[in-house]
Amino acid sequence: MTDNGSGPAILVEGLTKSFGDVHALRGIDLSVPRGTVLGVLGPNGAGKTTAVRILTTLLQPDGGRAVVEGHDVVREAAAVRRSIGLSGQSAAIQEELTGRENLEMIGRLYHMRKPDTKIRAVELLDQFDLADAADRAAKTYSGGMQRRLDLAASLVGRPQVLFLDEPTTGLDPRSRLGMWDIIRSLVATGTTLLLTTQYLDEADELADEIVVIDHGQVIAAGTSEELKSRVGGDVLEFSVPDRSQIPDAVTATTKVGEGEPHLDEDTGIVSIGVGGRGSDALIEAVRSLDAAGVATQGLALRRPSLDDVFLALTGHAAEDEESGKPKRGRRQGKQDKQDAKVSS
Amino acid sequence: MTTAQVTAPGFSTGEPSLLTQARWAVSDTLTIARRGLLVWMRVPAYIVFTVIQPVIFVLLFAYVFGGAIPIKGTTYVNFLLPGIIAQTAAFASFGTAIALAQELQKGVIDRLRSMPMARSAVLAGRLVADTLRMLVTILIIVGVGYIVGFRFQNGFGLAVAMVALATVFGISICVIAAFTGLAIGDEESVQAFGLIWLFPLTFISSAFVPISTMPGWLQAFANNQPVTYVVDTMRAMALGGPIADNLWKSLAWLAGIFIVFVPLAVRAYKRAA
Repeated sequence: MTDNGSGPAILVEGLTKSFGDVHALRGIDLSVPRGTVLGVLGPNGAGKTTAVRILTTLLQPDGGRAVVEGHDVVREAAAVRRSIGLSGQSAAIQEELTGRENLEMIGRLYHMRKPDTKIRAVELLDQFDLADAADRAAKTYSGGMQRRLDLAASLVGRPQVLFLDEPTTGLDPRSRLGMWDIIRSLVATGTTLLLTTQYLDEADELADEIVVIDHGQVIAAGTSEELKSRVGGDVLEFSVPDRSQIPDAVTATTKVGEGEPHLDEDTGIVSIGVGGRGSDALIEAVRSLDAAGVATQGLALRRPSLDDVFLALTGHAAEDEESGKPKRGRRQGKQDKQDAKVSS
Repeated sequence: MTTAQVTAPGFSTGEPSLLTQARWAVSDTLTIARRGLLVWMRVPAYIVFTVIQPVIFVLLFAYVFGGAIPIKGTTYVNFLLPGIIAQTAAFASFGTAIALAQELQKGVIDRLRSMPMARSAVLAGRLVADTLRMLVTILIIVGVGYIVGFRFQNGFGLAVAMVALATVFGISICVIAAFTGLAIGDEESVQAFGLIWLFPLTFISSAFVPISTMPGWLQAFANNQPVTYVVDTMRAMALGGPIADNLWKSLAWLAGIFIVFVPLAVRAYKRAA
């Protein structure tokens, strides 16, 4: 790993970090080859943001080591900072300034020459479809535009490695899809990307490799397909409109599947892994639900999603820990800390 | 396992020379300062707070309280101006604390700390911008003071010295505010109680009324706190009277504030999360 071409862009070994008696990271390992996308998936408080903050030199690890573009994040922090870009959970832009002013200022802070900052700002404003709004104060931008400007700001210095911490949290579905397109086009130019998300479809959509983090540990790693195969087969799913019948429904379908049926308390949806015996299990379920007198809705067999993977791996759904609310980052380190406290 | 020294095309892995680093520190500080001033000029509320509010204070105190507060040997306006300048300089720190808390909350500080810029520049640039802002306010107050009858009695040199002392005093409070803003890190809390102590500190002093008019137990505090030392020095510089004793006490206090709070603010910035 001594040349630029072959070593991983990000290498993490046994990284630990505690806040008081809360163990945010309990020894995680990661390796991200150059030009690839790693999706770091986990619920709030899993330790994702803590990991990103260490990798971007904002936080010192307690143990283990992390290397970005060949530079140790503790001993060679300045060199790491020259090769990375960071875009966090909220738009870290100066709202009173225009989009152009924001980008030019960042360029100045990268010690670019003034004419170069102007050229780079124009490039990025074009690339992120902000040219028309370039000279408006950023506070007049929509949420999606502010995120795009924030992402553009993280690219001013042409980073080799980009860290995106929950890039679509809080965005409406349309802006989210737009952000995905932008991220795909960045990856196409060869940028290495580490992306954290609590949205399983996002990791599925954008990442080459996925690591699943829970309670500060990597609990699974692989491609999206590999992770899905961990669930081992199809999933039978239905909802029960009359909530009083839910216990009957669970009892009735217990022997149909492999393992216990899972009940999502918020939606009233029951899901059961049924392995390879899909259609047999479906018929069996219909019969026993009918016999138990349970009315169901949307009974169907489907391919496993990453939600099911998370459930299979952790025994709880991915968004359980903070009642499924997407979090809006405030003070993210502390947020992680508090969440970790709640979940531990 | 050996840790690699990777040489990527396009940037050097070696640390830049000290001279280059120093040049960057200055240019980064100026960039941040310029940003702070641009923001200030774009937000009407900030302009009101730093320009119009002090003017209203001068007019209110001079005309509403002025008649009720007899001052030995001079007019109330002459007595008031140095006090109101000191108070205004101290209150400039609200801007410092609120801006830093805001930037912390929104992730701007994270962004800046993850960049290869000088680490000192965020705080230094903020203080440069706030100092310039403070000077503008002070000059406006002096101007308004002249309209309502204030006159420097002690020559141009000491007038400049008075403004300089007020500015250094203001910066010292800004440093405390920088620490407070970064340590609290929440804009509303900073605004609500982060700097609330500034009110008793400035009002229970010689800034607006002669201390001899206060009840005895309050005098004990008012006579021995830094705002009084600073205001008395400024007043002597503006109007005449002995300077040295209060000046030394002021400078000792200011030095103490810098020695304690500069490291605290720097630490809060480094640890900001």
